Amino acid sequence: MTLADEANLFDVAKGGDGAKSAPSASPAGTEIGAANPWEKLRTVGTPDQWRDAGPKDNVAGVQPTIVFEPTNEVELAMVLRYADSAGLSVIPRGSGSKLGWGNPPIRADLVLSTVRLNRVIEHAWADLTVSVEAGCTIATLQDTLAQHGQRVAIDPLWPEHTTIGGLLSTNDSGTLRIRYGGLRDLIIGVTIALSDGTLASSGGKVVKNVAGYDLPKLVTGALGTLGVVTRAVFRLHPLPHNVRSFTFVTRDAADANRFVLAVQDSKLAHTGLQVRFNSGAQPEVDIRFDGTDAGLAAQTETLQKLATPAGESQSNEDVWHARQHLFGTAPFPPSLRYGVTSARPTASTPGDTTTPAQDSKSTAIAKFSVLPASIASTCEQLRGSTEPLNVHWSAVVQGTGLGWIRLGPANANDIRQLLQTLRSKLEPAGGSLVVQYRSSEIPEVEAWGNPGDALPLMLSVKQQFDARKTLNPGRFVGGI
Amino acid sequence: MDPRILQELRAITGDRGLITSPEQLKTYECDGLTNFRVLPDAVLLPSSTEEVQAIVRVCHNAGIPFVARGSGTGLSGGALPVKEGVVISTARMNRILEVDLPSARMIVEPGVINLEVTERVAANGFFYAPDPSSQSVCSIGGNVAENAGGAHCLKYGFTTTHVLGLEVVLPDGSLAHLGGKTLDAPGYDLTGVFVGSEGTLGIATKVILRIVKRPECIHTLLAAFGSTIEAGAAVSGIIGAGMLPAAIEMMDNLAIQAAEAAVHANYPNCGGLLLVELDGPTAEVEALMQQVDAICRKCGAKEIRVAQTDAERALVWKGRKAAFAAVGRISPNYIVQDGVIPRTALPRLMSEIERLGAEAGIRVANVFHAGDGNLHPLVLYDRRIEGQEHAAEVLANRILELCIEAGGSITGEHGVGEEKKMMMSKMFAEPDLETMQRVRCAFDPKQLANPTKVFPRPRLCGEQPGEYHPHPLELAGVAERF
Repeated sequence: MTLADEANLFDVAKGGDGAKSAPSASPAGTEIGAANPWEKLRTVGTPDQWRDAGPKDNVAGVQPTIVFEPTNEVELAMVLRYADSAGLSVIPRGSGSKLGWGNPPIRADLVLSTVRLNRVIEHAWADLTVSVEAGCTIATLQDTLAQHGQRVAIDPLWPEHTTIGGLLSTNDSGTLRIRYGGLRDLIIGVTIALSDGTLASSGGKVVKNVAGYDLPKLVTGALGTLGVVTRAVFRLHPLPHNVRSFTFVTRDAADANRFVLAVQDSKLAHTGLQVRFNSGAQPEVDIRFDGTDAGLAAQTETLQKLATPAGESQSNEDVWHARQHLFGTAPFPPSLRYGVTSARPTASTPGDTTTPAQDSKSTAIAKFSVLPASIASTCEQLRGSTEPLNVHWSAVVQGTGLGWIRLGPANANDIRQLLQTLRSKLEPAGGSLVVQYRSSEIPEVEAWGNPGDALPLMLSVKQQFDARKTLNPGRFVGGI
Repeated sequence: MDPRILQELRAITGDRGLITSPEQLKTYECDGLTNFRVLPDAVLLPSSTEEVQAIVRVCHNAGIPFVARGSGTGLSGGALPVKEGVVISTARMNRILEVDLPSARMIVEPGVINLEVTERVAANGFFYAPDPSSQSVCSIGGNVAENAGGAHCLKYGFTTTHVLGLEVVLPDGSLAHLGGKTLDAPGYDLTGVFVGSEGTLGIATKVILRIVKRPECIHTLLAAFGSTIEAGAAVSGIIGAGMLPAAIEMMDNLAIQAAEAAVHANYPNCGGLLLVELDGPTAEVEALMQQVDAICRKCGAKEIRVAQTDAERALVWKGRKAAFAAVGRISPNYIVQDGVIPRTALPRLMSEIERLGAEAGIRVANVFHAGDGNLHPLVLYDRRIEGQEHAAEVLANRILELCIEAGGSITGEHGVGEEKKMMMSKMFAEPDLETMQRVRCAFDPKQLANPTKVFPRPRLCGEQPGEYHPHPLELAGVAERF
């Protein structure tokens, strides 16, 4: 959508059909006065879509002013454009379940909530694709798809809360990744609203498509810093008929890693493979299969022929929620994430002398990525650094080398130190560590780590897409 | 070309790595799409990342456009030289740098041939999944540029699924490392953007690949139907039963005849031939193959064979993989088309192609990756008959329009390149294309990397996105927008 279309765009946002001439009061082309930018924004949609932001809307400790809930993507794009030209910063939000991920924003004026953009637009079940709006939750989407025995092969955190837009922006993935890939391998089309109001689509509705640049991948994991996802198209997989899971207790991390690699090196067609670590306990390996009865029986037999560790048991499916259990039973309400209504953590303010509380109740959760062959050495490192400090830790590591670690409860400064130590060990070996949660007493830790020599390129991409740094300013890597 | 620049380039690669004689340059004037030809000013054959960087820096400083080239097997003119530009061939950068079996990764240079990747690790039970029909000659660098597919991407995904990281020489000669050996490197997924960008964002000099464990068992079923409509119904039945085969391929009678004439694959002579490959644990494959067999019979299959040994499978695939070239046996000239439709639109599209072909007096042979709706209509014509070439081109384009109308794509695996850039405006709206061009401007503000490809017209990177501001070049009267 270009500036020339804006008269019609405005008409659509007002409920017109866009074909009629724009109303005489159309603001097309007019810049918003600095006096009260909100007045202009509030001309979009109806009053019930706007409300003042409260404490529950705070974003990693930063308090926004207003929340807007667009009912269609044109409204969303328009408000975004108005906010951008008025110099207001915008925080896109789905359910808010992962709003604490990333660095705290430098500014937060407007929360753009996708909660009313929640339709499953088209489930083309015979073509194994689905087109869905950004505010639809994963659970709602999967329920719809299950009616035809299908699913998006992804098992993210908190499916009842997580929205498509939030999922894509945070690139969360779970246990199915080892078989079906991550979101980047499942998304085939996307529509985004850019901060200048452009609505752009890329990809399409077919699985195989190489026409043009792959923008669905660009926005996956971009934390809403390039544009606001308004809809997405995914390829689908059939729901499994039968599923069977096994759990093995291993001697130690090395034994667990050996077993994981042996499974990976076998002819098994597992759909889940993870190690659960708990400081002081023996690591446990979970493996999952699906398929026909004959296939499951054969795979079970093959599995037992592998040099299996001592204790084996058929396990219930709950083990696959281990990652979510690390985070707690439900998404943290926003108010618990970074302290209630406090201002942005002031670590970057010169002369700040605030010392964090030195209690022993702090926890942090980080995602890390290592090579599958380095799972044991990573966990040994972890054990080595936590033991002297007597910090409790637990971790879930997928066979892909992606893992999540929970540190604490423990002293806030110790946890911060551990996060930094671990990152400094992983990065030189080509791995990474991203902080996804820390309790408010823990001094600020940069969430992402070092993006390497691609950072200048990332900054140019950001500049092209969101030159005024309107979207989620300061939340992403390298200050993006 | 300015002799001083030529001298600079010669200093980088030496005489052995620089081609300037017109006879030798002719080898590089086109890729697998031979109806477009442009003679480059020079061809460079660097043998290291540093040499690629140095060459690109010279181009950047002098404003010379460059086109990267792998084996030159592309079918959309992606490696077609640009007038007054140079071609940078990656053919001499052909080393496999690292094989990490426990973590199933390989690091290769861009000139490594696709099949060599699998050959290196086959003894260890691994393979590299993307398998374009040209896999015995096409290069990994070219695969990265085109996001190459192949028959098995239905289950295993495309090149982009299997490329985890890249070392890239950017169009200003600087080096960037995108992604890495581990998953989810922090930051934007620029690996995902680079793969399939058709050489317009830079030149990949190292590629981190994911390799896959070979399944326990692979069975390929060949089913002969009276028509492609019947065969299509069987495909729907298989997908509807909740199976995800490794490949589902379809050929119509004309394509079968061509394959028979060329490689004697011993295909049954029928109206629609289906090739279904299942892989995985033996017991699972055997159980599912029975279901596939039943579905095919229910949909009217007259004959069913199952290839179980590697030799039998190789023969079955030989006919399919040779199909494009084989069509040369039954027609003096032909256009290879590459379109995608939602699979369910297949019967409608098939009848439409048949109708249009009959109207135009032109035969169309059809080869499909039927599982994912990727069509390869082969439009047959005889250049010697006046008007036929034009009619064939019109028909080939009309087929793509039908794909777009059905909600599909103008290319599933061959790329946009030179051939289809004008079709991009039919598939995408202006804001969509303008947004993609922002990516290009971020990587290549001077627009020197394969500048004339993919998009219907270049975007001037000095423009402010969104609002219209005349570009300095426009104000100076040097360039105009149209």
